[in-house]
Amino acid sequence: MGPSFRWGDDMTEKTLLRLITCGSVDDGKSTLLGRLHFETGSAFDDELALCGDDLSRLVDGLEAEREQGITIDVAYRFFATEKRKFIVADAPGHEQYTRNLVTGASTAELALVLVDAAKGVLTQTRRHAYLCRLLGVTQFVLLVNKMDRVGFDRERFERIVADYAGLGTEFTAIPVSALSGDNVATRSPAMPWYEGPTLLEHLEAAVPEERPGGAFVMPVQWVAREGRRGFAGHVVAGEARRGDPMRVMPAGTRATLAEIRLGEEVLDVAVEGQSVMLFFEEEVDCSRGDSVTAAGYPPDVADQFEATLIWMSGEELVAGRQYALKLATQSALASIHTPKYEIDVDTFEQVPAHGLALNGIGVANLWTDRPLVYSEYEHDRDLGGFILIDRVSNETVGAGLIRHALRRSQNLHLQTLTVTREARAAMKNQKPRLLWFTGLSGAGKSTIANLVEKKLHLLGRHTYLLDGDNVRLGLNRDLGFSDADRAENIRRVGETARLMLDAGLIVLAAFISPFRAERRMVRELLGEGEFVEIFVDVPLAEAERRDPKGLYAKARDGRIPNFTGIGSPYEPPVAPEIRIDATATSAEEAAEEIVRWLETPPRDGEGDRA
Amino acid sequence: MTLTHLQRLEAEAIHILREAAAECERPVMLYSAGKDSSVLLHLARKAFAPAKPPFPLLHVDTMWKFRAMYALRDRAAAEAGMELIVHRNPEAEALGINPLDHGSALHTQMWKTDGLKQALDRHGFDAAIGGARRDEERVRAKERVFSFRSAGHRWDPKRQRPELWRLYNARKAKGESFRVFPLSNWTELDVWQYVEAQGIEVSELYFAAPRPTIERDGHLLMADDERLEPGPGEEIRERWVRFRTLGCYPLSGAIESRAANVPELIEEMLGGRQSERQGRLIDRDGTASMERKKREGYF
Repeated sequence: MGPSFRWGDDMTEKTLLRLITCGSVDDGKSTLLGRLHFETGSAFDDELALCGDDLSRLVDGLEAEREQGITIDVAYRFFATEKRKFIVADAPGHEQYTRNLVTGASTAELALVLVDAAKGVLTQTRRHAYLCRLLGVTQFVLLVNKMDRVGFDRERFERIVADYAGLGTEFTAIPVSALSGDNVATRSPAMPWYEGPTLLEHLEAAVPEERPGGAFVMPVQWVAREGRRGFAGHVVAGEARRGDPMRVMPAGTRATLAEIRLGEEVLDVAVEGQSVMLFFEEEVDCSRGDSVTAAGYPPDVADQFEATLIWMSGEELVAGRQYALKLATQSALASIHTPKYEIDVDTFEQVPAHGLALNGIGVANLWTDRPLVYSEYEHDRDLGGFILIDRVSNETVGAGLIRHALRRSQNLHLQTLTVTREARAAMKNQKPRLLWFTGLSGAGKSTIANLVEKKLHLLGRHTYLLDGDNVRLGLNRDLGFSDADRAENIRRVGETARLMLDAGLIVLAAFISPFRAERRMVRELLGEGEFVEIFVDVPLAEAERRDPKGLYAKARDGRIPNFTGIGSPYEPPVAPEIRIDATATSAEEAAEEIVRWLETPPRDGEGDRA
Repeated sequence: MTLTHLQRLEAEAIHILREAAAECERPVMLYSAGKDSSVLLHLARKAFAPAKPPFPLLHVDTMWKFRAMYALRDRAAAEAGMELIVHRNPEAEALGINPLDHGSALHTQMWKTDGLKQALDRHGFDAAIGGARRDEERVRAKERVFSFRSAGHRWDPKRQRPELWRLYNARKAKGESFRVFPLSNWTELDVWQYVEAQGIEVSELYFAAPRPTIERDGHLLMADDERLEPGPGEEIRERWVRFRTLGCYPLSGAIESRAANVPELIEEMLGGRQSERQGRLIDRDGTASMERKKREGYF
């Protein structure tokens, strides 16, 4: 393997800057990119010959797009000057715009915002600037293009600059003509009133914002196991030196950095942006998904977050459904709450939302099935940005930016407990389970659950009954009956039951729980075979006839909105462990059947017991 | 400490290589003995050192590469201590498909496109790591780093996944696969600067030397062995030539040059202003032919 880079060699002494170009369809973006390629000598003669005198043709793309005359996907283009190489994310417009712009902005350090001098700042211009800022781009260049079409008019330029300044970000404004090249690489003789830099001068001098002294973080990608164990990853923040004390997160294990390598080369220091291999003095338990961090400043760890979500799929976001989540090298399952609101990208207003459609942006809470090492997105793109993947289609359906954690556990290093749940359950001589009674109001869930608990008690089983009333009056008294609160109600009940199952108990829970997604969410919180779904099945007409609490009558009068069965649907279980036909079976018979099932549960695949 | 553009490109490529190794079940690295392959192999060794890269090398052979490329291939694989799998399409071999009698389109389709698919299927590889770059061809500008291929190796532009930050979604169903391109953001110039800075061995064919050549249809072809014979009115002449890109020798046009090392070659490249593909005869079968080839499963 070769030597390290030769510092001082002009050939390799370039820096790199990543840009994104934003503009509406006719703002002349392709012409500008063609112009930049041409002016920097990044286009070859045979390519130029193919273009005739239309520079925009240097950068056109796929066959289908050429036929339709539009571009539909992010393209990456490169040009270089003597000082700098530029990677340009070229994000085109039209209906896929948000998805493409967000993708391009995610890696950009600087945004070029194009405005047609004749048209001025458009709604689209504001949208682009907003999205770039949301994704963490801090440097903006406002390019007022097509100055040749407005007679190189200074007043026109200044009006557009003042208009754009209203958007509130810092920026540099340059009047250009991509077509004729004015102020792109060379100063425009037609605009002597402009005294600032040309576009290329500005791009060469732009200094990417340094993140203030972040502590070292390297998410582990790969563990090399030939000989000594080496931990490979990309340093996303800070720097570390040989001998530095480190921690492996989320476990919090301490270790001392013995060696840093890049290939065969041994380095004194690993810095942000490098891909290195680390070796420790001690034997350390560390694998892909863990992060090696500075011992004194380990990043936070949490499993519940508030995040901005950007939806990228034609299939809408379904609250409560589990998606695969990828954050740095960590993979988890995430459940997403109903969005708190959606952001209108044209007016920046918050509007109520139930889901998110393609190109929708909203804010929602989510929780993951394991704790994640994270950072708030505004502080660190690598530890704060994640993607969501549909578990069936495997498509990337959304992107997320962590705003903050809802329940931090940064000082809570998960302990391996010596008394296990199995040990506790064995002491009670029972298998911990959650018996989940679901069905319409008035089906008899609580009655049957009470009878089952009595019978189990007589058999010497240690049980606990959770029902709507005892939970709503205490633990969940802060919750109302909106969709979001209903989902949170069920989540808390599920988490409470999980703790009780850990303690070895058999828990009975009687909740209408009308939605499959929520019931599945609780099922997935628990271990295999621990969730027993009991469907107390009664026709709506029968439940309404019984109406023990007079609720159906009130709902019919319109005094209870969203009442399950009347104003809101009930989604019956598809494959419950036990189905009770509550019209043909008495409560006593039902309870006996359930206890019998529990004491001799069926083997897998035997299915419905009704 | 600000990293140089080459250090950043190197770090990105190493990160991508490790992601492919970690997230795919059975990755393989395509190796053709060209300059991009040489750089890719160098990066793979750097990514996993002191261990060996956790995947084999695959050469999809066409029987018509330059002799110097076969020699470099075997030497490089041995030096890296990596398994080298050589695949030749048995059907093309039986039919005796060659670029001289059958033309570049059929030759490339059967030996390279079909051959690659056969090799990936036969060995059950679910990720083929290759040295393609976005600057090579306009169609490639939109190519993903993890490029999704549906069953049958088809590339569907509509099913490509958005790639944000450094996050690559490598999930797939059985039969589906990925092409992984760690050099996506490199240009030809970056490749040469990196070759020079790291002292990477590349094929001697990139550097000028007196070589036996035949002028045909405006291209200079090297008579690398006796299979390429001068036609009527043609003669074999020794000329100082080198190659900008390497493939099957009857399909690789040489350029007259005296550039004998990387700095001279870069100087010539920047002065000459001809794109890399200009000497590649397979691209001239029609505009947008590359995109059609890609849809059909060409690398």
